[in-house]
Amino acid sequence: MTMERPTTLLAELTHRCPLHCPYCSNPLDLLRAEHEIGTDDWKRVFTEARELGVLQLGLSGGEPLIRKDLEELAGHARSLGLYTTLVTSGLGLTRKRAEALRAAGLEHVQVSVQDVDPATAERIAGTSSVKQKQAAIALVKELGFAFSINVVLHRANLDRIGEIIDYAAGCGADRLELANTQYYGWGLKNRATLMPRREQVLAAKEIAQDRILRYKGRMQITFVLPDYFEELPKACYGGWGRYYIVVSPDGKALPCHGAYAIPSLELPSVREHSVQWIWHESSAFQAYRGDDWMKEPCRSCPRKTVDFGGCRCQALALTGDAANTDPVCMLSPRRNVIDEALHEHAGADEYAYRDYAAEPQGA
Amino acid sequence: MTVAMSPDTVPRIWRLARLDYDPARQRPVLLYPEGAVLLNDTGQAILELVDGQRTVAQIAAELGARYQTDVTADVTDYLSYLAERELVQ
Repeated sequence: MTMERPTTLLAELTHRCPLHCPYCSNPLDLLRAEHEIGTDDWKRVFTEARELGVLQLGLSGGEPLIRKDLEELAGHARSLGLYTTLVTSGLGLTRKRAEALRAAGLEHVQVSVQDVDPATAERIAGTSSVKQKQAAIALVKELGFAFSINVVLHRANLDRIGEIIDYAAGCGADRLELANTQYYGWGLKNRATLMPRREQVLAAKEIAQDRILRYKGRMQITFVLPDYFEELPKACYGGWGRYYIVVSPDGKALPCHGAYAIPSLELPSVREHSVQWIWHESSAFQAYRGDDWMKEPCRSCPRKTVDFGGCRCQALALTGDAANTDPVCMLSPRRNVIDEALHEHAGADEYAYRDYAAEPQGA
Repeated sequence: MTVAMSPDTVPRIWRLARLDYDPARQRPVLLYPEGAVLLNDTGQAILELVDGQRTVAQIAAELGARYQTDVTADVTDYLSYLAERELVQ
């Protein structure tokens, strides 16, 4: 197997965030500020990642604007030639900071929108955010950033997908990412409340396909069916340890942002190792790389080089073994756990909001 | 789906994309949000002339003169391929 060079680094600068979305991709055990690595550590990570072949950088969180060194980090990334995306809620994007980020060379800003219906948006975020997001979006447009809107889709907003797309076009977004909820971590905890009904998904697909054509040339729209409603799994980030590196706020490197949930992985730290060592040598990045680790039905499957057996985190969470076939696959002997989850939504309407555990760690 | 690139079309690189050089792979690259296309020397030569002023025919004529051969089909095909991916408009 030839080892690819990584293309993308997702820097989760902090887990701190003003929003409490119940589908957050951060782990259930959120890190507090005192565990975050410093500016120089991040700059070294960006430099090493670039030398290894990374082209794309995501400055993410939590809310990355909470980091006061964000402008310095964006400037360093630009000096390396990385194409950098700020992944933000928009909260905290003052004119001063937006202008400083533009001056630092930041190219692309992706703002999350929870819903076009203000009441639902606030209920999802667990806090008021709609007006601040509107102001942030106006600034992003005014300063000429490349501009994407990201909307996580679930049962409470999927019926408004048409209005959501029209809203994003009205905001002047260059891109719209319609991301169906992924059921790991917080999303899995809230699965019964977030899971859409099949008829919602099918109606949304039709509306999205129509709007994709309508807005072609003005706004790029990505919409992928939620994997629970498919018969074949998705390739997780193009395959484990193939293109993608995530670094957590405390400097742990992961092959995907859900990999916190796989306890057998010994996650390497950028405090102790170079990005190059982590990519080539660490056991975590080799654990599910290629196909040597696969069991049946994946091992003899012709699609194993297409979907790489699907998602390891989903396999672990739903079948108890990260080396099993992703249960989304119709060939998985455990597909029943997916089918049962599609019917568990009746009556569930409370969210477990993303938040820190009650007692501060080490306080 | 094919995107028509006629000789009179004035192609532009997508506003969100940027031509750069990847030192790790030692290849020119077109970078854009959440993606990248590695280019060969021909691709780079074509895209360097995509400036929102020149037509497809002018780009082909300039490169044809440089390489002493008719590159019209290559230029049209390449720009059509990038237009299908919405990286060139």
